[in-house]
Amino acid sequence: MDPLMTDALVIAAQTAFLIVIAPAVVGYVRLIKARLQGRRGATIIQPYRELRKTFRKGMVIAESASWIFHVAPFAIVGATTAAASLAPVVSTVQPADLVGDLFVLAALLMLGTFFLALGGLDPGTAFGGMGSSREMTVAALTEPTIAIAVLTLALTTGSTSLGAITGTVLKTPAYAIGPGHALAFAAFLIALIAETGRLPVDNPSTHLELTMIHEAMILEYSGPYLALIEWAAAVRLTLLLTLAANLFLPWGMATSLVPAALTVGLCAIVVKLAILGLLLALLETRVAKLRLFRVPELLALSFTLALLGAASSFFTK
Amino acid sequence: MLGAFALGAVAALVLPLGAFVRRTALVFAAIGSACALALSVSVLRAGATWTGRWDNLLQPLGGVSLRLDSLGAFFLLIIGFTGLPASLFAIGYLKQIDRHMRSRATHTLFNVFLASMCMVTCADNGGTFLFAWEVMAVASYLLVISDPEQRDAPTAGLWYAVMTHAGFLALLAGFIILAQGGSWEFPALHSASTLLAPRARGAVFVLMAAAFGSKAGLVPLHVWLPRAHPAAPSHVSALMSAAMVNLGVYGLVRLVFDLLPPGPPWWGGLLLGIGVITALTGVLYCVAETHLKRVLAYSTVENLGLVFIGLGFALLMRGYGYGPLASMGLVAALLHTLNHAAFKCLLFLAAGSVVHRTRNVSMEMFGGLIKRMPATAMLSLVGTLALAGLPPLNGFPSEWLTFQVLVAGAQRTAPALAILLPLALAGVALVAGLAALSGVRLFGITFLALPRSTGAQHAQESTWMMVLAMAIPAVACVVLGVAPASVIPQLSRIASDLGQPTGPLSAGLALSVPLVASRMWAAMIAAVAVSAGVAAALVVRISGRDRPVRVGAAWNCGRIIQSARSEYTAAAFAEPLKRVFTGFYRPMQEVTIDVHPTSRYFVRSIRLRADLAPWMDEVVYGPLVRATRGVSDRMRQLHSGSIHFYLALLPGALLLLFVISRWIR
Repeated sequence: MDPLMTDALVIAAQTAFLIVIAPAVVGYVRLIKARLQGRRGATIIQPYRELRKTFRKGMVIAESASWIFHVAPFAIVGATTAAASLAPVVSTVQPADLVGDLFVLAALLMLGTFFLALGGLDPGTAFGGMGSSREMTVAALTEPTIAIAVLTLALTTGSTSLGAITGTVLKTPAYAIGPGHALAFAAFLIALIAETGRLPVDNPSTHLELTMIHEAMILEYSGPYLALIEWAAAVRLTLLLTLAANLFLPWGMATSLVPAALTVGLCAIVVKLAILGLLLALLETRVAKLRLFRVPELLALSFTLALLGAASSFFTK
Repeated sequence: MLGAFALGAVAALVLPLGAFVRRTALVFAAIGSACALALSVSVLRAGATWTGRWDNLLQPLGGVSLRLDSLGAFFLLIIGFTGLPASLFAIGYLKQIDRHMRSRATHTLFNVFLASMCMVTCADNGGTFLFAWEVMAVASYLLVISDPEQRDAPTAGLWYAVMTHAGFLALLAGFIILAQGGSWEFPALHSASTLLAPRARGAVFVLMAAAFGSKAGLVPLHVWLPRAHPAAPSHVSALMSAAMVNLGVYGLVRLVFDLLPPGPPWWGGLLLGIGVITALTGVLYCVAETHLKRVLAYSTVENLGLVFIGLGFALLMRGYGYGPLASMGLVAALLHTLNHAAFKCLLFLAAGSVVHRTRNVSMEMFGGLIKRMPATAMLSLVGTLALAGLPPLNGFPSEWLTFQVLVAGAQRTAPALAILLPLALAGVALVAGLAALSGVRLFGITFLALPRSTGAQHAQESTWMMVLAMAIPAVACVVLGVAPASVIPQLSRIASDLGQPTGPLSAGLALSVPLVASRMWAAMIAAVAVSAGVAAALVVRISGRDRPVRVGAAWNCGRIIQSARSEYTAAAFAEPLKRVFTGFYRPMQEVTIDVHPTSRYFVRSIRLRADLAPWMDEVVYGPLVRATRGVSDRMRQLHSGSIHFYLALLPGALLLLFVISRWIR
């Protein structure tokens, strides 16, 4: 097959995998949480049902909304999909390295957040503005942590490209258990929680407007728009979990595009997502939501961890 | 080019007052800018230099000597490129002052300002440079105070005049040390500087970096910038913010990469540190400010900070002997200069139309403008996305490149770098995050939601000429954002013309930094994002043909009437951040609670007044201002009004001068 076609196919397949599996990841975390809280919980496929139902519903658009309100869901989907297309999922052979690196991925996620926040401000309600303001504050403060975590990875592996990082770590397992990666991993997990609006930063299942961050922004959305935004949020969670799994613990990933290796890679990522999802659910049942103004302390902690990670890679070099 | 500006200036003075004089003067300004653009492109394309010399002009300063090399041409390009839309914009924008005499002055000064900026980029000796620099300063000062309706313009102008002249003195001192009594021609300065003692070189660097830094708005020399830019008419603010401040960058690059021989690493470390502080200070105030044009002015401070991070990095790497990295840093800085010029020009013009149409300057008085000024809103969104540093617009590629060079630099093992560069990287990342926040705030509060004042409610779209003027930089933002790799070869050539080894920056379809094996193919990213968005739109459209879409009231917790009073304001949007950075902002809050006289539990009204005074100005300049006041008060005591006393002072002064001249000999 034409190499260009292969590249495109690899990227498309991994992106499609992330997009398709995303609701299941959300459902899985919800299920584990329910079990931990002593409930039976809905099945893993419940989010798919919800999406289908929301997609079929009619929409109510606020009178005060402008075209930004209509464009935002699609911009979010576009940005999130583009970000997802850069992630290495099953294989370290990563043609998407030619398109962008980790900084690009972070910027694309930020683009999604940007439009989400504009969509929140557009109808002119107090809650939308509140959510936008909070979401942007958290997103802005998370950015340094992500940058330093990327730097730590780049210092040991010599690159900021995702495929190159996973490939190098896979070849040299000593990197992965070194202090730099361990600290950066911890920092990255905290950043992940903040970026995806999970406890203790934001409560994804809250019903009280005043405590909301993410949910407050999308209060005005309904029907297909809401479905798109929810789906994009799920993809965002899955994408960041995948990155946490594959950048820091790349074992099991395929190093070439042969079917056997790819199958192993596919199983590996499913297992890794299951473990990380379990951890996330455990965390969410153990901690309470932080006050909004305590969140920066958490982010400062993650930043310090990342900086320590970067510093330790200087010493171990 | 200069001829067109001269014609424009003269036309503004002699033609009869009215619309014709405005059109003629500004069309000449536009033609001059277009000529500047053409000249710079031809120089950049051909790689040749253009020279001109007139010894009998400005004879006391050593004659006029002009030479345009690729570095100068790059900055000339920026001036031409921002001058063109600013002139076109002004044709529509300045209509209301047609009947005033001051319109003549405004149009003349505008042409003079443009011409002097062009001249700065081609000056080839100290005299010409200083002359052009000073003309530029004076012209822009007069333009800043040209609008009598701006009540704070005189104060702003005073700050600006003092800062720019202090800078001029530092520049003069720097040139005097550099020339060591010899020729002031740039080539001569270049060869003379190698003979200079290292300490003297350091002095020249610090003096001139302070001078150029004050023009570029480096903290703590930035104080004039957020005052002067809002006070000036918007087309002038656009030029000041997108072209003039960049000449500070030009001056510094000319000095450290051309005139002076390679310096020690601390030069770079100093600039890098100040760059980070500047960028952070700029963005934090940009996020908290509510005056629309001041928001943009602080954003200029922030972006110039980013440019200086690139420059400082380049100097630092050159100091350590990593030549290729140095040229990468330089390329990143130049790319960001170009990108910033494009989006800041756009945003200042857009701010001009918003202020023009709503007759308000505070963001708290806008809202809902997207329905009333759709074209301005659309173009502003482009500018805001660029300002926020998001793909696929042009704020992102240069930010990405800055990240990459910092990572590549951090891989070197010098201990100082191991501390400095990660912190710088974290700083840049925080700046990027906060810039996105400020972008949401800028666009969201100004254009979205419900109008918060009658001015915003009755706003109308700007004239087609103004929209066209905004569209020019907007197109550049998109093109530079989608195809940033297309300008990299030119920028690399500027670096190599300055004697820098060409850095390992290759640019085919994608921008790529082989040192860290990273690439960014902006067009592809944009294509993927857009096609995914369009696909989602098609799915929604096709699957939902029979779906009911209802337009109803927004959810306000049961309140039926939605009013602008309940929506988020610019101050409220920044409130969480102000709390996070209380130590930085040191906000002042005044809460007045009016209670019923019979019981203090019945509250009649609560007034909250929150102020954000930039304390840095007071800390740095407060003592200076007080000392100056004190001295001038003392001096005033001399004014006794008695002619005999004055006559007695004259011989005294003469005697003192004799003594001093004797002593100097």
